[in-house]
Amino acid sequence: MNDLLLILVILSNLRLLASSRLGACIKWAAWQGILLGLLTITAAWPHPPIQTWVLAIVAASLKGLAFPWLLFRTLRRVQVRREIEPYIGFNLSLGIGLVLLLIAFSLARRLPLPEGLDSEFWIPAAFFSLLTGLLLIVARKTAVMQVIGYLVLENGIFAYGAGAARHAPLLLEMGILLDLFVAVFVMGIALFHIARDFDHINVDRLVSLKE
Amino acid sequence: MNFEVHYLMGPFLGIVFAPLLPGIINKVKAFYAGRRGPPLLQLYFDLFKLLSKGAVYSSSTSWLFRAGPVITFSTILAALFIIPFGSSAPIAFTGDLLLVFYLLGMARFFTVIAAMDTGSSFEGMGASREVQFSAFAEPGLFITFAAMARLTGCLSLSDIFQSITPELWTAQAPALVLGAVVLSIILLAENARIPVDDPNTHLELTMIHEVMVLDHGGPDFALILYSSALKLWLFASWLAGIVIPRFDTTIPARYAAMFVGVILACIVTGTIESIMARLRLLRIPQLLIGAGTLGLVAFLLACQGGVSP
Repeated sequence: MNDLLLILVILSNLRLLASSRLGACIKWAAWQGILLGLLTITAAWPHPPIQTWVLAIVAASLKGLAFPWLLFRTLRRVQVRREIEPYIGFNLSLGIGLVLLLIAFSLARRLPLPEGLDSEFWIPAAFFSLLTGLLLIVARKTAVMQVIGYLVLENGIFAYGAGAARHAPLLLEMGILLDLFVAVFVMGIALFHIARDFDHINVDRLVSLKE
Repeated sequence: MNFEVHYLMGPFLGIVFAPLLPGIINKVKAFYAGRRGPPLLQLYFDLFKLLSKGAVYSSSTSWLFRAGPVITFSTILAALFIIPFGSSAPIAFTGDLLLVFYLLGMARFFTVIAAMDTGSSFEGMGASREVQFSAFAEPGLFITFAAMARLTGCLSLSDIFQSITPELWTAQAPALVLGAVVLSIILLAENARIPVDDPNTHLELTMIHEVMVLDHGGPDFALILYSSALKLWLFASWLAGIVIPRFDTTIPARYAAMFVGVILACIVTGTIESIMARLRLLRIPQLLIGAGTLGLVAFLLACQGGVSP
């Protein structure tokens, strides 16, 4: 079960790299969040403690419902549908994504598995999400895609922690989720203001703000 | 490997029943469209009609144009004898999967070269597209079969498909599912089916395969139609071989299971053709690269849990 969920996480990352539609990307990032919520529970399966349940439900509802809602609201306001001219094209991003996947798998061979992780895909999936997030941030011009990249990056870190969530204090994880929520909230508002003042949200043109 | 007479059953079934497959696809499409559709045996009638005609050759063509259909047909027929169907193939040796890929490549090369030989710019355009898309499709095919070889620890097509058992499916389901998905996308691409190419259209700007064979007529065209039906049979039996694991049953039951699998693959193809629109030409490389990516993921998954050959 863990294997399957982690493979789905890997595949959703590839889908994010190949897609130009912002709406589709938000949806896939949301599905990834829900998958991670499920993973938190299945990782501790036979007897998940109450704090794991709380963490899983809060994480899945934040990443799967609240963030997409916030992002879709922003998307409606800024009137952008798709990424037109990314710095790195979609086919090339997919190719780089594959290289990153290879790196993630080879890293996983060197790193010892934390105690209690029974699937050998934990580390590759987590690292791959992290690297995909970074790639999305540098490869795309639309600011919405960079928020998505940031979310995917955080998903990677969360996936890494999900396996060990039984050992981490609930308060810590909740604090991180709260930070994330505030970040996405603020970014949504900032994007709206940028779009209102400059009629676009392409980050390559924000450079001229310096002058 | 010991040879047994029933190994010849696979190629025999292919040679006899391959022209049935386009008929099945057309019937499925007609069902979705609410039409009656052409008869199931339409391709047999067409082949008979074309074979009793004479051929007309343009004076601007050379022997390459006449050799093209014959070589295409014979290479695909040769490949048919290496593809396992139910049990082992008549010809099986280590690394025979590479031979099959190169036979298919050779068939394509001679189709392309015969199209170029006519000197028509229209056929040249089709040839260029065919080569471009196959350049994207072939790596996907190679990497998928590399994944299968890695999963089963075998390097011969017959052994690979022999090793895809229900036990392997329970242990390695994700990699096998990905492999089947990639193979079905490549089946659609290589057989000029809808998301990539529309087999029904003539004289359209997005045509790929049909445009290359416009100048062939009579027996030559019959050979081309027959070899494309055989190619469809070949890919469908690959797909069926992965999707339907080898249960521990009698040999006739295995052949029957594979036959049903091939028919099902055609029904699925017909369904896809009915519910999808053709992709824009610029999007096709993206589809094929995506398929290749999934193949590589399957390979990585196989590397984690497979057997080294």
